[in-house]
Amino acid sequence: MSKIKAENVNVYYGSKQALFDVSIDIAEKEVTALIGPSGCGKSTFLRCLNRMNDVIEICRVEGSIKMDNLELNSRKLDVVRLRENVGMVFQKPNPFPKTIYENVAYGPTIHGIAQSKEEMDQIVETSLKKAALWNEVKDRLDEIATGLSGGQQQRLCIARAISVSPEVILMDEPCSALDPIATAQIEELIDDLKKEVTIVIVTHSMSQAARVSQKTGFFHLGKLIEFGPTDKIFKNPDNQQTQDYITGRFG
Amino acid sequence: MNLILVTFIILLTFTSYYFGRKKALVIQSSQRLTALPKFYGYYLAAWCAAPALIIFVLWSVFEPSIVKTFILQDYTDQNLTKNELQLIYTKVKALAVGTYTGNITNFLDESANKYIQLKGIANSAKVAIILAILIFSLSFAYRSVQKNDRMREPVEIFLKWVLFVASLGAVLVTIGIVFSLLFEAIRFFQAVKIFDFIFGTHWYPAKTFVRDGQPDPELMKDAFGAVPLFAGTFFIAFIAMCVAIPIGLLSGIYLSEYAGRGVRKYAKPIIEILAGIPTVVYGFFAALTVGPFVKEIGNAMGLEVSAESALAAGAVMGVMIIPFISSLSDDVITAVPQNLRDGSYAMGATKSETVKKVIFPAALPGIVGSILLAVSRAVGETMIVVMASGLAANLTINPLESTSTITAQIVVILIGDQQFGDPKTQSAFALGISLFIVTLLLNVIALSVVKKYREKYE
Repeated sequence: MSKIKAENVNVYYGSKQALFDVSIDIAEKEVTALIGPSGCGKSTFLRCLNRMNDVIEICRVEGSIKMDNLELNSRKLDVVRLRENVGMVFQKPNPFPKTIYENVAYGPTIHGIAQSKEEMDQIVETSLKKAALWNEVKDRLDEIATGLSGGQQQRLCIARAISVSPEVILMDEPCSALDPIATAQIEELIDDLKKEVTIVIVTHSMSQAARVSQKTGFFHLGKLIEFGPTDKIFKNPDNQQTQDYITGRFG
Repeated sequence: MNLILVTFIILLTFTSYYFGRKKALVIQSSQRLTALPKFYGYYLAAWCAAPALIIFVLWSVFEPSIVKTFILQDYTDQNLTKNELQLIYTKVKALAVGTYTGNITNFLDESANKYIQLKGIANSAKVAIILAILIFSLSFAYRSVQKNDRMREPVEIFLKWVLFVASLGAVLVTIGIVFSLLFEAIRFFQAVKIFDFIFGTHWYPAKTFVRDGQPDPELMKDAFGAVPLFAGTFFIAFIAMCVAIPIGLLSGIYLSEYAGRGVRKYAKPIIEILAGIPTVVYGFFAALTVGPFVKEIGNAMGLEVSAESALAAGAVMGVMIIPFISSLSDDVITAVPQNLRDGSYAMGATKSETVKKVIFPAALPGIVGSILLAVSRAVGETMIVVMASGLAANLTINPLESTSTITAQIVVILIGDQQFGDPKTQSAFALGISLFIVTLLLNVIALSVVKKYREKYE
């Protein structure tokens, strides 16, 4: 079932066009990987899905992006609501310089989700458990989050993202700043999460895309070159450029 | 004579630079250079300038005292005090240059002639010695250049020493100032008990003025209580911060988070212009505009308002400090990493929630640091207080009355005639050193807070 349907999306930074007529169907409760060389527009596309491009003054998005028949690329859209539904994990772990507890409680607080202290404790615990971090931090929830290791910080950011029970989580190269062990932990986590959430992940690592995703899209120079089941993309792509990229001939 | 000599040394230095470089180019044709040609020039120039200038400076420093010793040798058998000898020497010097108007005794005349003679000898000796040094050092350096010795290291070492001497000078001057403050303050505390100074509540140094002889110790006891001054200083600084912190902080947040690029481009320099207005201008603005305005409003409300009120001075001082806080807090807020903002926005936080819950707490240590720096600025501010809040050291917490500060009292003590060695004059040094300690502490705390904040993101 399609969760997000993008049609003819064009993105401009000032006068420079970054995305050209991207159309893509993102299936519900699956992991969709976006791959491609640096500067190909995959992160730009990802940021259209939770309107993070709004933060950039000169950025302009055209086309239609529908999530469950709700038009995302519309002036009337309630961005706060959208971002509650579409969480995001960034390339570099970015926990707030607050305690571990406060980091996870941030989203539920600003959206008024928890009615009582007990409920909040419950949300924090569940989120940290889902992010496979609970056992490591349960005794030091009131320590400052920036003291955690890189992998722990990234899992904390995932816990923060899932604390408001989003339907979609966007991940922008979530493992590029982590070591192989932490990367493996995050990939395992992605596998678990997809039972409940739709995940879109941008990655530079083709092996990671092959491991975690069900569908893969290959971007090049702002265009979506090929999109399909991950197996097919990696074993038998239709397009020569995809073939070249997969086999490491460029990019 | 000195001017000609220094000009000559400088010209010779430039010449030797070009000469050294040219020589390097000649050497280059036959063998490999040890450094770039310009290093040969620097080497020669350094050897030309440094020894000659060092000797010149040392000579200029020591020559007068040596000449003085020679002149005063003739007076040693007369049992004169130090002050009398100094007076004689001044007379001799004046006579020698023809500006003396008193009685010319034979003895003085003789000394003046001797003085002129000594000066002449000293001058020719100086020229001769410096020329000799120039020749010696230049020929030494030139031989090195000719032998194509290593040039880069000596030049680097020379530069290191130049930089070292410059910083040493700065440090020594600072230490000198602190010690002169300290010694005078100690002399003051010999006359006035340190306890009376720190805890006394009555400041009225004019009371101790007596025409002859020593002032009455009982008077001294009650005249130098610094509590009203410290209270006034912090009171006015407090009023200033009440004005400056909210406006400065809010405008800093606006500039860094809300203002578009266009607004920021013009608003920030305009706010910083406020920091460039001379404090004396703020002072008469406070005294002539704000003070009467406050008085008028107060009177209309049926309040007793002095024309020179702490409120007027504090408010204007606050305006002066606004750019300090707004500019510094703008800087620390801008330094909060963008990915924290992204993280907050991606959670669905609005701009004001992001500012309040993420950015402000993250920037808080830096903001506290900037506020402490602003406080130390307010505590040290003089002109506005002198002009707008009066000079009477009242111990009050009524912002509508006039009060005075440490800095303003130092001005009062030191303008006009004063007698050195008088406790009244020396009290300025005691006030100065206490002010110095207060601002030093504030700065140290502020800098360590700011430093801690920087470490957090690095």
